[in-house]
Amino acid sequence: MHEVSTHTVAHQHAAPTGFIRKYVFSLDHKVIGKQYFGLALVSVFIGMVLSWLLRIHLAYPDYHIPFLSKLSATGAPGGVMTPEYYLSLLTMHGTLMVFFVLTNAPFAAFGNYFLPIQIGAEDMAFPRFNMMSFWTTFAAFVVMMASFFVADGPPISGWTAYAPLSAVGGDAGPGLALGQDLWAISIAIFCIASLLGALNFISTTLDLRARGMSLLRMPYSTWAWFVTSVIALLAFAVLLPACVLLILDRVAGTSFFIPAGLVLSDKLQPHSGGSPLLWQHLFWFFGHPEVYIAILPSIGIIATILPVFTRRPLLGPKALIGSMVAIGFLSYMVWGHHMFVSGMNPFSATIFSVPTLIITIPATIMTLLLTASLYGAKMRFDTPALFCLGFISVFISGGISGFYLAQPSLDTYLHATYFVVAHFHFVMAVASLFGVFAGTYFWFPKMFGRMMSESLGRWHFWLTFLGVYCVFMPMHYLGLVGNVRRYSAFVDDYLAPLIPVHRFITIAALLTGAAQLIFLWNLIWSRFRGPVASENPWEATSLEWATTSPPPFDNFGGKHPVVNHGPNEFGVDGPNGTDFLMQTAAPKNS
Amino acid sequence: MAVDVQDAIRVGQKLGGSGLPPFTRNTRMPNVALSERPERSETGVWIGIFAIVMTFAALTSAMIVREGVALDWRHFQLPKILYLDTLILFFSSWTFETALAEFKEGENRFSEGVTWLCITLALGGIFVIGQVIAWRVLAGQGLFLATNPSSSFFYVFTAAHALHLVGGILGLGYLICKLKRTRSAASTTGIRATALYWHFMDGLWVYLLVLLLARM
Repeated sequence: MHEVSTHTVAHQHAAPTGFIRKYVFSLDHKVIGKQYFGLALVSVFIGMVLSWLLRIHLAYPDYHIPFLSKLSATGAPGGVMTPEYYLSLLTMHGTLMVFFVLTNAPFAAFGNYFLPIQIGAEDMAFPRFNMMSFWTTFAAFVVMMASFFVADGPPISGWTAYAPLSAVGGDAGPGLALGQDLWAISIAIFCIASLLGALNFISTTLDLRARGMSLLRMPYSTWAWFVTSVIALLAFAVLLPACVLLILDRVAGTSFFIPAGLVLSDKLQPHSGGSPLLWQHLFWFFGHPEVYIAILPSIGIIATILPVFTRRPLLGPKALIGSMVAIGFLSYMVWGHHMFVSGMNPFSATIFSVPTLIITIPATIMTLLLTASLYGAKMRFDTPALFCLGFISVFISGGISGFYLAQPSLDTYLHATYFVVAHFHFVMAVASLFGVFAGTYFWFPKMFGRMMSESLGRWHFWLTFLGVYCVFMPMHYLGLVGNVRRYSAFVDDYLAPLIPVHRFITIAALLTGAAQLIFLWNLIWSRFRGPVASENPWEATSLEWATTSPPPFDNFGGKHPVVNHGPNEFGVDGPNGTDFLMQTAAPKNS
Repeated sequence: MAVDVQDAIRVGQKLGGSGLPPFTRNTRMPNVALSERPERSETGVWIGIFAIVMTFAALTSAMIVREGVALDWRHFQLPKILYLDTLILFFSSWTFETALAEFKEGENRFSEGVTWLCITLALGGIFVIGQVIAWRVLAGQGLFLATNPSSSFFYVFTAAHALHLVGGILGLGYLICKLKRTRSAASTTGIRATALYWHFMDGLWVYLLVLLLARM
């Protein structure tokens, strides 16, 4: 298998030997994938600590958090955050999680590492773009984090940066001067990085498939990354100009999003005629597809992993792929459902409501296919399988509330409440992260050559699974009784009795977050002490399992694999008494 | 069940290929000779075109919305130099195609082809200078970026296009350097892809000119 003599000719670039080229500015998609994974890991723990701070403040508004005053003396005097600083931290929690975790981990990290291997390629189509893509993302991260350390902290305008609040500058409140500038610049840089990444993913999938790897023989995860990259290409191409217009409003005095006659801090703002709603349209035209950028890769990952542990082919593979494509297409027609309460014409709201309800059909098809594939399975309950089942559970729990929110009359009541917080955390954040967890436990042996600890994995799964239900399920009830979101304290007569529920959620959030330290420890411990992994420890079919763990620099040791089967050959008479056929196995009739 | 890469290269060469390793070409057309398959850089440019179309579509819709929501939209006359600039860009597309035709003639027309590419590069530069002059003309009339939403969009559109064109100029410059090094068009990748991008910039400019004429 390893004919290294052909290797330097075969690969676009020779294997690097220096440290910088090998581990820092590497052109190897596998190293870049790990870099994305590392960045997402750092971001998710920062985002999680931020959510802890927010939750502690909501449940115990007078509690002094010791180090917080060091982070911002004005934002948290004595360790108790001001209402404005609550919003600053809320903005950073949302921004870090949506952009640097939910976009980076399931899509950029795993996609970079496994898309080329799963289609039998040596690398991405444009390795230099790929390297640029990661380092631009890193630059965006640095700029975003810098907003913690400027005079009045990060912006208070939320991860959606609604204009005119985000567009007018320091007169509007804390964090809206330099903090908001940094936010907008960071997101613009992130857009460029994502566009480069998406371009690479699409080119690679179209152009570099191994012989026999027809589109329908691609694993579901590859399909998901492919569809996601199409969505990302078109969505980030809209957010980028939107950010540029926002920056111009802020620094060049234009009036794209700022209306006339705005008086802030007793000052008449020198702008005329801009449309705050225009920002919302541009943002959500990106923002809703972004939801699918976060969740589709995880669906693909789950659909790839689940059959490995049920040892049965997944039901309806074409329906699953068709549903992914349908979701990608429909995701561009529903952005207005984020704006039902923006004062839009009720007729427009209906127009947006219909495709929103229609998009639940492909989502339901996918969920039913995953669930029905469990029927009659002789399930192997390893940790990746547990997270697959957990994914199905949280995706359904979060998806069901979507049916209600899709209807303008109900959304008008629920929009500004914790019901929406519960909905999108379940269906987008937790579901997507369960996909990432499943992917990590499943692919860690391939990425690092060692198995992860099963017992730690099980503890991690059960604590997380029960924990997220304790955190987000009660939020539905809070929303139904009218508990508004984005408030930093609940002092009103009708909100004060709800504080015990908030305390329960906060304690659950602290414990669930602490359970993630088990995951972190498992990663570190297994990296050095885990049992050595074989080439194909899970008895899976796709191409990454047809090479060594971890794969050599050019993935297949100077060979080009030839594909004879789809990824779904489980429960069949395989060679040597096994119950599966690798995609590279000899054709059945030979 | 694996194909040796060296074999693939030999097959590619036997089929009259460029002698380059197969990875510069795509693998999606197994029945087409390696040398006949589109390069992956062409696929990349096509995908990039989709993204750029989306960006300009977003800006267009933003302009239509912004013009409609308030009464502060002021019309102004486009600087005349834009029409000359349009002709220059058209001409540059023609010189690019002439270069490609020279390369097709054979290796003995190689240096003429490179010369036509250098002329194309210069024309691209002149176009950008022309755009800068147009901005100076508007500034002379007191129309700056923040003066009016119409001038804001004019500057945003033309600057965004110029920025993309500068990208094309850098790409073309890189291609010319590569050609001077390899001294062979057949073994240099990215010629068709650069041409595609260049013509797209041309078409995009025509769209923008019509749009700006209609709205400014």
